[in-house]
Amino acid sequence: MGDVSGNIYKALADPTRRAILDELQERNGQTLFELCTRLITRHGLSSSRQAVSQHLDVLETAGLVRTRREGRYKFHDLDTSPLRAITDRWRL
Amino acid sequence: MRINLASVLVDDQQKALRFYTEVLGFVKKTDVPLGEHSWLTVVSPDDPDGVELVLEPDEHPAVKPFKAALVADGIPFTSFAVDDVQKEYDRLTGLGVTFTQQPTEMGPVTTAVLDDTCGNLIQIAAMGAQEG
Repeated sequence: MGDVSGNIYKALADPTRRAILDELQERNGQTLFELCTRLITRHGLSSSRQAVSQHLDVLETAGLVRTRREGRYKFHDLDTSPLRAITDRWRL
Repeated sequence: MRINLASVLVDDQQKALRFYTEVLGFVKKTDVPLGEHSWLTVVSPDDPDGVELVLEPDEHPAVKPFKAALVADGIPFTSFAVDDVQKEYDRLTGLGVTFTQQPTEMGPVTTAVLDDTCGNLIQIAAMGAQEG
């Protein structure tokens, strides 16, 4: 197992990934379609669905997003608990 | 040449007819037996001579995997215009319809996405802000 915490910083470094986290914080449990549409219309981001999917993979590796299958649908949920590593490391 | 038809691929034409008429509120226009299936269309009561929605069987082997992939990613097959997305959402959830996306303002439009019970997601959309 490598430096697991390194994944959080890599995940947060990208502005599109930060926007994804913003949107999931506003409404948790979104399909890929809803996320993509929000990124385009609310953030003016031009990422393809494929690119957004890849960003979600990076966020999932960092433990910040979980993909949940509910019947025929796939929803993406936010999990902020890995962020605790940041304030554990440099206390507020 | 005019655009007079739209199409939805459904897993059961009779079930689709019930959902698209009794739940969504379209009315049956044409129902002509064509071998195993029917040429089955519905129209909006607000525009009875307008575009017809064909409820087509989804039997071709390529179709079901295609539909399943769209549904998994939350992608609607098509979109219908409504006056007020929140009102339609409230009415339809009251009738037991499942939504994969609640009414959300997306730029100049408000949209929501529902399951048509026949293997598709369908978007409803209106201009302007109508979020609950």
